[in-house]
Amino acid sequence: MDKSKRRAYIINTIAIIALYIIFFVLIQTQTMNKYFIGIAILTCIMIIMAMSLNIVAGFLGQMALGHAGFMAIGAYSSASFSIALFNSGTELPNIVVLILAMAVGGTIAGIFGILIGTPTLRLRGDYLGIVTIGFSEIIRIFFVNFQPTGGAAGLKGITKLVNFNNVYWITIIVIILIFTLGRSKQGRAIISIREDEIASESAGIPTTRYKVLGFSMAAFFAGIGGALYAHYQAFLEPSKFGFMFSIEMFVIVVLGGLGSLTGSIISAIVLTILPEMLRGFAEYRLLVYSLVLIIMMIFRPQGIFGRSEFSLTTAIDALILRKNTKNTVDGGES
Amino acid sequence: MNLFLQQVINGLNVGSIYALIAIGYTMVYGIIKLINFAHGEIMMFGAYFAFIAATSFQMPVWAVLLLSMTIMAIIGVAIEFVAYRPLRNAPRLSALITAIGVSLFLQNLALIIFKPEPKVMPKIFPEMIIKIGSIEISSTTLITIGLSLVFMVLLDLYIRKTKQGRAMRAVSEDKDAAILMGVNVNRTISLTFALGSALGALGGVLYSVAYIQVYPTMGVMPGLKAFIAAVLGGIGIVPGAMLGGFIIGMVETLTKAYLSTTWADAIVFGILIIVLLFKPTGILGKNTREKV
Repeated sequence: MDKSKRRAYIINTIAIIALYIIFFVLIQTQTMNKYFIGIAILTCIMIIMAMSLNIVAGFLGQMALGHAGFMAIGAYSSASFSIALFNSGTELPNIVVLILAMAVGGTIAGIFGILIGTPTLRLRGDYLGIVTIGFSEIIRIFFVNFQPTGGAAGLKGITKLVNFNNVYWITIIVIILIFTLGRSKQGRAIISIREDEIASESAGIPTTRYKVLGFSMAAFFAGIGGALYAHYQAFLEPSKFGFMFSIEMFVIVVLGGLGSLTGSIISAIVLTILPEMLRGFAEYRLLVYSLVLIIMMIFRPQGIFGRSEFSLTTAIDALILRKNTKNTVDGGES
Repeated sequence: MNLFLQQVINGLNVGSIYALIAIGYTMVYGIIKLINFAHGEIMMFGAYFAFIAATSFQMPVWAVLLLSMTIMAIIGVAIEFVAYRPLRNAPRLSALITAIGVSLFLQNLALIIFKPEPKVMPKIFPEMIIKIGSIEISSTTLITIGLSLVFMVLLDLYIRKTKQGRAMRAVSEDKDAAILMGVNVNRTISLTFALGSALGALGGVLYSVAYIQVYPTMGVMPGLKAFIAAVLGGIGIVPGAMLGGFIIGMVETLTKAYLSTTWADAIVFGILIIVLLFKPTGILGKNTREKV
């Protein structure tokens, strides 16, 4: 067991570093121009957003349709923080400022997650969905009317701190953190609520506390995603964080498979790159996108991976060693 | 006081449109437990068909309404057949994503066919000002409220008194038991979509007349608000949708008139949240006991 675990860690580490080197070389040799690097950065941010939403939607099994609201809180609070920091004349290396801004954005979004989650998580299903839409719209309307962060015209003057190097490693760290969360005692408690709330309550799990914990965790990581977004775009506009953006993230999670983190990653990559690739179709782009969505759902309603995870080690076993392992896409590290 | 009464009438005007759209949401939800996100787009297409009928073909009012409602009823049934029926036994969230996909598809289709520029909706109703005391009401407002009320009463009678209406209630109560009782479930669901879409189209026409324009994204916000109205009244309950529609319309109009135009939507959402926190199944919703 211990040996196979170490092997999994080694394989995954190699894969992560190899992927990084590939990107590094592509960027250095300028095979990848600014446009493609931009897409890569946005993809990383969407991976963080989709995985964090998967904590609520997949692990906790709750329909949360207001993720853009938490992202907006994280983006605006972190941007205000970094602007204030630069204005005060403090000399800090960029990466430190970014990490501090992420911490601020994540924490404030997490606090709002607790504040919003505590009263609303006693609602169920579609009612919870509509209430989260409501909160997220209220947050958006607040930023439209709130003049200190630019109101409807948007917040300008954010220093661009995010580049591919740091966003790649931050994404890797977030992926590892969320995977660890999923397997921790808390994560298992959260999953037990999804499976059967009454049963897990009978087993002595304080369901309300764990629901709020899962919800605020998701909000925390959404805040981090928002902070990265703010310091990549260097400009924030309330209209970006509308209802459709929440829906877009929810689509990514369901398409990847509810509860499958690797599914979220792959689906985030596909659904961020797909609309860009379809740019050749010009105005038919979103038409094709929506058709792909409908067809995917009709033929694979449980999402790409369902609830199981894609595992690199078992995939290698199956591919190279031709070992016919039973659980090709079940369990193991990503 | 006069101003207040004027605003109340405006609220009834907007509210009756929301109520018409909300009925479509609630009927579909009641029968297959699906939030039909494409309903706002059905409303938008209904408005476009009415626009074409009224401008290009110069049809009389009744023909405009009849045409738009019939076409949308057919399209509603077609959408259910193509996109929702294959997913009837799939996880509910997958059906929801499909509904979002259909909504996006229709919206972009409208963008390609009709182009993004808003078009001016002609005044299809006879125009005059009616004075009651010192309050002035335009005939369009009266016709909007009147038409909505007539159709709501007709729908209510249909659901309560006819055989098909009883079949609808039976399927939404318990699908499997309804099959055993000889109810044709597929046909009943198609009928529900037809009725809901026709009322949605009517709502769309009235909405476009009230705001004098049609454009491809016009279904999004009224759709969302009508959905909120349906949830507020207790989703799946037809009178609840009507009540919710009128409440949302009234609250929105009064906040815009007396408090703030920019915060009006936030206040609507705030009321929804407060109501749901105290009555989690909506105003007319029944509490269902949880069974282990």
